[in-house]
Amino acid sequence: MMDQQLISTSFTINRKEYKVSVAPWSSLLDVMRETLDLTGTKKGCDHGQCGACTVLINGKRVLSCLTLAVMKEGAEITTIEGIAEDGKLHPLQQAFIDHDAFQCGYCTPGQICSAIGMLQEGKAQSRAEVKELMSGNLCRCGANTNIIDAIMEIKEGAAHA
Amino acid sequence: MSTQPAIGQSISRLEGFEKVTGSAKYAGEYNVPDLLYGYVVNSTITKGEILNFNADAALALPGVIKVFYYGNRPSLAWFNMQYADMDAPPGTPFRPLQDAEIKYNGQPIALVVAESFELAKYAATLVKVDYKEETFTTDLIANQASARSPKVGLATALKPPPPKPVGDFEAAYDTAFAKASGKFIHGTEHHNPLELFATTTIYEGKGKVTIYDKTQGTVNCQLYVGNVFGLHFKDVRVISPYVGGAFGSGLRPQYQLFLSVMAALELKRAVRVTLDRTQMFSFGHRPPTTQFTRFAAAADGSLRAINHTAIAETSRFEDYTEVVVNWAHMLYPAKNTLMEYKLVPLDVFSPLDMRAPGGSTGLHAVESTMDALSYQLGIDPLEFRLINYAEKDESTGRPYSSKELRKCYEEGAARFGWSERLPQPRSMKRGNKLVGYGMATGIWEAMQLPARAKALINAEGKLEVSSAVTDIGTGTLTVMTQIAADTLGLAMDDVTFSYGDSKMAFAPIQGGSFTVATVGSAIKAAGLALAKKLFRKAKQMQNSPLGKAKFEDVEFRDGLIALKAQPKAVIALKDIVSANKGRAIQSTNFNLPKVMKLKNYSRAAHSAAFVEVEVDEELGVINVTRAVTAVAAGKIINPKTARSQILGGMVWSISKALREETITDHNFGKYMNQNLGEYHIPVHADIHELDVIFVEEKDDIVNELGSKGIGEIGLAAMPAAIANAIFHATGKRINRFPIHLDDLM
Repeated sequence: MMDQQLISTSFTINRKEYKVSVAPWSSLLDVMRETLDLTGTKKGCDHGQCGACTVLINGKRVLSCLTLAVMKEGAEITTIEGIAEDGKLHPLQQAFIDHDAFQCGYCTPGQICSAIGMLQEGKAQSRAEVKELMSGNLCRCGANTNIIDAIMEIKEGAAHA
Repeated sequence: MSTQPAIGQSISRLEGFEKVTGSAKYAGEYNVPDLLYGYVVNSTITKGEILNFNADAALALPGVIKVFYYGNRPSLAWFNMQYADMDAPPGTPFRPLQDAEIKYNGQPIALVVAESFELAKYAATLVKVDYKEETFTTDLIANQASARSPKVGLATALKPPPPKPVGDFEAAYDTAFAKASGKFIHGTEHHNPLELFATTTIYEGKGKVTIYDKTQGTVNCQLYVGNVFGLHFKDVRVISPYVGGAFGSGLRPQYQLFLSVMAALELKRAVRVTLDRTQMFSFGHRPPTTQFTRFAAAADGSLRAINHTAIAETSRFEDYTEVVVNWAHMLYPAKNTLMEYKLVPLDVFSPLDMRAPGGSTGLHAVESTMDALSYQLGIDPLEFRLINYAEKDESTGRPYSSKELRKCYEEGAARFGWSERLPQPRSMKRGNKLVGYGMATGIWEAMQLPARAKALINAEGKLEVSSAVTDIGTGTLTVMTQIAADTLGLAMDDVTFSYGDSKMAFAPIQGGSFTVATVGSAIKAAGLALAKKLFRKAKQMQNSPLGKAKFEDVEFRDGLIALKAQPKAVIALKDIVSANKGRAIQSTNFNLPKVMKLKNYSRAAHSAAFVEVEVDEELGVINVTRAVTAVAAGKIINPKTARSQILGGMVWSISKALREETITDHNFGKYMNQNLGEYHIPVHADIHELDVIFVEEKDDIVNELGSKGIGEIGLAAMPAAIANAIFHATGKRINRFPIHLDDLM
């Protein structure tokens, strides 16, 4: 199995171009964490059940553990490391700090990427809908209400803008 | 951030930037050069022995370095005692790869080490194992008849056995005016922190290792590794800067630590071992427990008799115990009590403390029996608690160091609107939903252990404080910085707290809600000692404005020592360091609980939980629509992070009462739902209005800070309050957790 050919794939992560040679079965998550040292994206289950590995691919939220790296030729990927620009936090990142929307911090990268993707989708109108559409991202510390408070602050801020 | 004092301020987590930008690195994220990857092979049988172990196919793959199993592992410490960590219960600790014996399903039996993670994981599937299977027993409920008393050991000190019987329970119960009884069944639960257990061991040469480990105790792991592998403690450094949740699962060294260190020492290379989610179900867990209660009261509502019995699972090799049946008599006076706690050893791994161990189990039984009795008596459940309010700890006769539970009841009830409750079950409705109000009381012991801390003033006059303690997401970094800042009257920005490294000053494992009391008090002691040292040195300086002043005559503020009587007579801390030839001035102090004083008091945090549920009449769907938890826990160091601790406990309460359980197939002795899709925890859509109140509570006795821990108390009362609210909504008393919709249809 392992002597099979590696496949050359190129994509952009956080505005930087990467060219990698990967096995066809390597997940985007493992390639980022193990090969590219982009460890901000977390592995909590490797089965698409916890949401910790959520990244933005071409603006849409995607579970990187269920994504093979070779599928993403030419894609534009944004991970938690690329959400802040030039050291300036994205408003949602600041809102997470202000609302104490994390404790251990392990689900946080996935929550933030997922929330940015969810807000861009524009489907959620109410707090109840935001909770529903964020329910793919588990938090074991129980920061749920603070996470939704942080997201609602940004959502309502955007609505007023 | 310069407001003084720092204690009591709502301060955002100091590691917030790292956690929201992905720069916080966890144990399995140190991608050091030349790293090897280990993947664990687990047993597929429950009991028996390995007959044949064949790794040829795995080893034939280029890039597979070695497959460790009991037949080729290096020789290790001989004595069981050397495998006992700080949290080991009485018995014989599990020794990974010890021999061919299989003690439980999922037992680690081999480690495949390869050049890449993918390769190690694939090669692990090629390892062939033949077993000789033996019959096994994993079912607690079917084996309750074999329950026996637990063995006693060192660890028992923190987990006292049940109090001795008082009066004549049976006679009092038989003749009482009102009675309530219950059988309470709790299944297995697994901690399931979101971060997978991982260890990265860096081989430094000459029997020296640096270890990044997911743990709640860096020193605990350092001692374990030193003992097991025969290394000098100074050659073992365990670092754990960020911990992605633990909830008790990191209190003992887990097997990935052993395997990673073993492989690194043998191969003389860096080795990382990360468990997968299924493997997260292959070590400690909250034990399944069956409880029986019988409570009786007089017509005026005063409790006369309390009987609480618990039968819990343990492993065949260790007697893990919890404090399950000790709480009722700490909370309520009764002249006749009978408490019993027994274990059934089964073919499982040893259970392990999981958030509010014992308390969240026992208080469900206590508080739901109290609820049932209140209906028998026709007394409001809150009023019933007030009638039976214990001014002292009735189980020991000692006074509480402080107890503002009455305020929890009052402020919690007012915030919740308890007075709007209609007494009859099924009497409140909202559309096609039955509405129920329930309440319960919580208690958790306020413990303190010995610890060291180091405090240092550097050349810039800034304070550096350090301890080996971890921060498992509880806010330890932030609150310790606050405590340190106040010791020398400094702004938060002028203080750094370093932690999570066994090289630093000794701290015990982080758990039991005792970290602030333990490490915080040590920091306070080190800060005070440093202040005195600075004062002495300041007085010796040429032209010192402090003259003949005594320590009591000065205050520390804004990086200065100042005479209280002459605020302009000051010396800057940095000038004292300059006068010390630029050498930092430091103090490392060991702080012991004041045992002689403390032994005269019971010490506990208290809480009251109020819950509203909606239950769909036709479908039985249960929704916790809002909840209030009022907590009395002494001084709250940081209300912001403290509130989050209680919120976390409240979400865990919903999880415990309505969601989570590990289910065993007793035909195979194996857990059936070893993944986050089938091990249910609440999602965002399950969590609605949660409100936290900290009532004022002053305590000059409990410890130097007057602060009680809050990691567990949020989970002490609310699970019972949910069950009680469901009874109020539906008239159905369900004593088996988790409560599901089919229980109500």
